[in-house]
Amino acid sequence: MTYRLGVDVGGTFTDILLIDEDTGATYRAKTSSTPEDQSVGVLRGIDQACTAAGIERTAVGDVFHGTTVATNAILEGKGARVGLVTTHGFRQVLQIARSFVPGGLAGWIIWPKPEPLAALEDTVEVRGRIGSDGAVVAELDEDDVRAQLRALAGRGIEALSISLINSYANPAHEQRVGEIAAEELPGLAVSLSSSVLPELREYERTITTVANAAVQPQVKRYVANLEGQLRDSGVTGSLSILRSDGGLVSAAVASDNPVNLLLSGPAGGVTGAAWVAAQTGHRDFLTFDMGGTSTDVALVEDLTPRIGRETTVGDLKVRATSVDVRTVGAGGGSIAHVPPLTQALRVGPQSAGAAPGPAAYAAGGTEPTVTDANVVLGHLPSALAGGEVTLDPDAARAAVKSIADATGLDSVEAAAAGIIDIVNENMFGALRLVSVQQGFDPRDFALVAFGGAGPLHANALGRLTGSWPVIIPPSPGVLCAYGDATTSLRDEAVRTLVRRFSELTDDGLRAILDDLAASARGTLTAEGVPEDDLVVTYSADLRYHGQGFEIPVTLDIDAFDGQGGGLAALGKAFDTDHDRLFSFVLDAEHELVTLRATADAPRPEVGAVELEQGGPDPAAARLQTHQIWSDGGLVDADVYDRSLLRAGNVVVGPAVITEMDSTTLVLRDHAATVHPSGSLLIRPVDQQSQEG
Amino acid sequence: MARLIETNTTPLQRVEVDLVTLDLVENALRNARFEMDEVLFRTALSPGIREQHDEFPLIANRDGKMMVGQFGLSIPDFLDNFDGTIEEGDVLLTSDPYSCGAAISHANDWLVVMPIFFEGRIVGWSSMFGHMSDVGGKSPASMPTDARTIFEEGVVIPPFRLYKAGVLDDDALRIILNQVRKPDWNRADLNGIVAACRTAARRVQELCARFGVDTYDSALEALLDRNYRAMKTLLAMVFEEGKTLSFTDYICDDGLGYGPYELKLSLTRTGDKVLLDFTGSSPQAQGPINYYINENLVRMFFGIYMITVADPQILWNDGFYPLVDVEIPDDSFWKPQYPAALNARNHGIGRVFDLFGGLLGQTNPDLLNAAGFSSSPHFMFSGTYGEGDRKGEWFQLYSIGFGGIPGRPIGDGPDGHSLWPSFVNIPCEYLESYYPLRIERWETVADTGGAGVHRGGNGVDVAYRFLEAGTIAIHDDRWLTYPWGVNGGEPGARGRKWLERADGTTEVLGSKVHDVPVARGDLLHFVTWGGGGWGDPLARDPELVGLEVRRGLVSAEGARRYGVVCDDTGTVDTGATESLRTELGEGRPQPLPTFDMGPPLETILERCLEETGLPAPQPPIPR
Repeated sequence: MTYRLGVDVGGTFTDILLIDEDTGATYRAKTSSTPEDQSVGVLRGIDQACTAAGIERTAVGDVFHGTTVATNAILEGKGARVGLVTTHGFRQVLQIARSFVPGGLAGWIIWPKPEPLAALEDTVEVRGRIGSDGAVVAELDEDDVRAQLRALAGRGIEALSISLINSYANPAHEQRVGEIAAEELPGLAVSLSSSVLPELREYERTITTVANAAVQPQVKRYVANLEGQLRDSGVTGSLSILRSDGGLVSAAVASDNPVNLLLSGPAGGVTGAAWVAAQTGHRDFLTFDMGGTSTDVALVEDLTPRIGRETTVGDLKVRATSVDVRTVGAGGGSIAHVPPLTQALRVGPQSAGAAPGPAAYAAGGTEPTVTDANVVLGHLPSALAGGEVTLDPDAARAAVKSIADATGLDSVEAAAAGIIDIVNENMFGALRLVSVQQGFDPRDFALVAFGGAGPLHANALGRLTGSWPVIIPPSPGVLCAYGDATTSLRDEAVRTLVRRFSELTDDGLRAILDDLAASARGTLTAEGVPEDDLVVTYSADLRYHGQGFEIPVTLDIDAFDGQGGGLAALGKAFDTDHDRLFSFVLDAEHELVTLRATADAPRPEVGAVELEQGGPDPAAARLQTHQIWSDGGLVDADVYDRSLLRAGNVVVGPAVITEMDSTTLVLRDHAATVHPSGSLLIRPVDQQSQEG
Repeated sequence: MARLIETNTTPLQRVEVDLVTLDLVENALRNARFEMDEVLFRTALSPGIREQHDEFPLIANRDGKMMVGQFGLSIPDFLDNFDGTIEEGDVLLTSDPYSCGAAISHANDWLVVMPIFFEGRIVGWSSMFGHMSDVGGKSPASMPTDARTIFEEGVVIPPFRLYKAGVLDDDALRIILNQVRKPDWNRADLNGIVAACRTAARRVQELCARFGVDTYDSALEALLDRNYRAMKTLLAMVFEEGKTLSFTDYICDDGLGYGPYELKLSLTRTGDKVLLDFTGSSPQAQGPINYYINENLVRMFFGIYMITVADPQILWNDGFYPLVDVEIPDDSFWKPQYPAALNARNHGIGRVFDLFGGLLGQTNPDLLNAAGFSSSPHFMFSGTYGEGDRKGEWFQLYSIGFGGIPGRPIGDGPDGHSLWPSFVNIPCEYLESYYPLRIERWETVADTGGAGVHRGGNGVDVAYRFLEAGTIAIHDDRWLTYPWGVNGGEPGARGRKWLERADGTTEVLGSKVHDVPVARGDLLHFVTWGGGGWGDPLARDPELVGLEVRRGLVSAEGARRYGVVCDDTGTVDTGATESLRTELGEGRPQPLPTFDMGPPLETILERCLEETGLPAPQPPIPR
């Protein structure tokens, strides 16, 4: 028997999922995260899961890991102190940034500008210049380089980043500065912008490189430490890390380019959702991951998540490929408030967080949160919280009453329902960003809901988006770990060209694509993946010549067959996307900005669980009847134990389905059907005939 | 007066709208407005819109009242001035400030307005204008600094139906595009603007379908009322009955050698209402700096300043307009007579930020910022490639400069940033890829931010090396009068421009010039101005001053303005600092003056040539 292990380390909990590759049987463990050294929590969780499965650690094969080490380093401002080397005249590239001030006309009055990620006092500039065509305009002044680097010595810098103007077109100067740095500042980790992000736009390239340098020491330490501990504890397989784009890489590769791990956590959720959705036969879906402080959403088409070229974490936006996840500051802990001047009802973005938490947690919180509103409405039955947290309905009620008082709404329940409606609307806004705004009709997609609070709000979001069915995966709290364990090894190679189509030929492009493919394949074959198992896909970022933004377009390599139809096909694919996104095409020349080759190893074969068949009647799983607030009044709702539900059971709303780490709400006029794979499929009652 | 054709004449009903629906509609409109930006940014071709985001969206209710927008313009004024019918599928276009009640203020801005129909009735309007990099006329970028009439400023499009019932008027568009230097840019940008307006229309139609058209329309009324009530409370709180506040600032020159022009704004509250009065401002200018301002735009500016600190999440709309009267004298800088030139009104718009800050800050400490980077200076470069692959190809650049945000109640002003929402700079690597330019320096200049306990942001020095011969044009200001400081803070430094010619000579450039020839190898330094300082500079933490010396944002010499003695590494001499601070503190007036505008105007003019290298402007003469 072989076991694979998914590990997802979140801010609060570490989730472990042990999968028997032959049967698909899973064993879960949930332990508290250990922020000072995450590997402690991981090993503790592995032990729990092994005990549950009745196996020794030595039976554990490969370990697949989504990590928030890089994310937290940025969010908590605890990244390494980074020195930065720029071109003479550009020392303040991060200070000036894009000169952008967020907000409206008077936004500048209230905007607190974040400090640059590499401090200006730790930034030096060197003489030497590359032109935009890659030609050397002025030779690198090596004496100047040495003098500037020496000025950085003794400043307490823990990592060095080098980002020179036009290095995307010619990396020679950066590489030479890197060599000199190895002599002048020995032992310091160095990130070159031309290898982290060989793309045009100096600020974006620099901030991405600095972010890479800032998280690298911690990531490297953590990964090496975890690898060592796993080995010492008898685990025989190798450790792979999930990147922001949903692909797995070896621990060593992950440490080299850690800026690609910033969305490792959310990417696990999206890939996990893909695994679950595939088993229910739904290949196009939106994901909806609602936690305590924020909600992540993404769009998946044909089981492939949409990929974006930007990654945003807190105030930091870098150019790094990631699953196109949008985040809104709306979660179970979001606080409702009423500004006295306008008497509007606002929910979030302030959050009660884990401490003090919602009033209902009775841990010192008094402000009304989304969770409190759910408690008031009976959506979260206090007696059935799985024993982890005891809910205090009176405290929740008292908190929400403050909103009823401030707004003049006629009952505490009406205020609570208002809070839920508004937070749902905020999350609906995020779902529109990834669907409607990208030219996709959400009604053509299913909705996969997970995260601690996702299943509670999922049915309502389905109603707003028209995305049916709403799919609630088995154990929605550990879906990320599922994703970690069921995705494939991946590497990509990228080159920026910025050439008009008239400056390109099919054959020239084909040669570059072959180079990129060889490079991406090489990484994976070095990991031991057989050459024949690899699948390479290609994409190009295109725009009309003169536009400032590119659209990533899938490139059909077979069209580049020497017959000269490749570029034309590519241009046509771009026009189609442009029309979908913006409702018009231009009669302007196409321009190719970036080429990408992505090599994927096959997705692991993990057997699927199959629930025992039952009839439509779910009565065997019914625990009790309970009153909930629904459409303006109290109604009776049945409460079910999810672990007792059988395939084919149909739970008609209003109903509440509880399990260890989550609660699902089924609204009136809707029903949840239990799929053999364990997922719940919620649809409006009048659409129930469309099974599948 | 436009005649609106609706096939469904059933009047809309006023219905009760619950609080939650109200907030849902508000939120959805906000999302739709940002979606408009997104559509345009991603499709535009001209660098001005694509890279710098020089555009302004708006969604209005059935009556044309702005429900959400970034800047605002007046749809009622537009419709009053439009002589014709408007029906479903129509899209209107204009670039004529004189034909739309100054809904836009110069001919470079192309304004698109479209009715939003739902089931045969107009339920709203969507609108957006964007700055076209070129609209023809005698100089590239269409902003001749010596223009006296609008006829010199390129094609001026009267309001007309670009689409009639969904069908494009191709002939009209062809005629218009034949007047401009980069028709492909204008066409793409216009496409993007129309697509953005249509996106907004779709979102509004979806809201009508979701909530019902009566509920939607009634919700907008309630949102307008929410603003009205909030503003009424604010006005009574902030302004004393019957007491007039005034503030005066300047535009340094008009491009023809006259200046400075005085801009005066006064405010008086009587009962529930306030009067904003521009009386006392200079008469209209000879040159193109006149800022023909719409009354509703004044209200919008005023409102945004007032509310931002109170409820940053509010959706700002026109609801409070009945509470604000606006008086603008005829034939003035703010209301010039047709056909006065208007192209360089960007300084006037920008200076409105400073005017409102200086005016409202007097009774509202949260709004008392120093003077900031109150313009959007332009730099233009154009010509024909003389060699290489692109030989014979025309190139044309229009770009916006950035400078010092002022010292603010909440802290220092950012260096080299923008007061304008959504504006961003064009990356150096982008400029170098698309234009025959090399950027040799892009840094803020130490000590250009005004000293204060909260330092003003520094101005920026961008050094452009020209790799092809061509001509340049500049629109700038604040080279003569100072970006003032407040609450004891000092003024920021003024802006400067000079050319270092390949032949070794140096030439100081005026702040508004065009058709200046440049040769291959010439270098232009375009140095923008800094923000004023906020609060007593002697109260700034000496260690922070030292750190800023290490950062190159303040020089060791400049640190003395804060009473801080340190070396070039920013190491502070504590003893010397204490005695310098005591020395500087003696003899200062107490309390420190609210405004520090620098030396008196006479002194500034007297020293003009010596300090700036440019002759002092002549006193403005009435037309």
